[in-house]
Amino acid sequence: MTDAAATKTLVIERDMPHPPEKIWRALTEGNLIEEWLMKNDFKPVVGHKFTFRALPAPNWNGIIEGEVLVVEPPSRLSYGWGALGLGSVVAWTLTPIEGGTRLRMEHSGFPSEEGANYKGAKYGWQKFIGNLERVLGGLE
Amino acid sequence: MQAQTDHVFRALSDPTRRAIYERLARDGEQTVHALTGRAGVSQPAVSKHLTVLKRAKLVRHRREGRETHYSAQPQALAPMVEWLELYGAFWRDRFDRLEELLKRMDDK
Repeated sequence: MTDAAATKTLVIERDMPHPPEKIWRALTEGNLIEEWLMKNDFKPVVGHKFTFRALPAPNWNGIIEGEVLVVEPPSRLSYGWGALGLGSVVAWTLTPIEGGTRLRMEHSGFPSEEGANYKGAKYGWQKFIGNLERVLGGLE
Repeated sequence: MQAQTDHVFRALSDPTRRAIYERLARDGEQTVHALTGRAGVSQPAVSKHLTVLKRAKLVRHRREGRETHYSAQPQALAPMVEWLELYGAFWRDRFDRLEELLKRMDDK
């Protein structure tokens, strides 16, 4: 994480003692997704629109709407993640390592209203967050 | 609190509004007139954007003569930063659950 822009993305990475193919199933099969993430009608098909349903919380209906963006079994999976009227993108990367898989998740940007121009929006948002941190730093 | 977070996110989801807000945060108080000169959109459009930013409490204004001066209120960004932290906790929890599921899958 030396890239200044990349630090503006939420990244979680863990090494798991399981083969990529098995983790891929847990990430893409609806009944398995429900066991660790949320109720869903997910399908690993590019363009498929799906809904994740969590328990509603105060001021939130618990619904996350998304669209599948990238499906490259068993190494890359990415989908849009829309909640509270704002879009973002969740990207999974599965890399084989000795004895298992390095699983990386990046939840990046909160672009919306820009559709296909996601890359530009993501850059804009990350740049903005960078400025934001400077602004907040100046408050303290 | 949640409504305020919504307002902040919506206000900043638009690149033009983000640019206006950034400019105010960086360069300090400015008039609509000065902002219009650099925003690349019409004055009514800038005023509309400023109204959305005001509703999110991201900017405040004061009148002086015929001009209205706008300034950034970065404190309004606090709920957004908390939201990012919340997502961090959310995903770590889901990673734990995913690992538990993978162990169970071994047993099948």
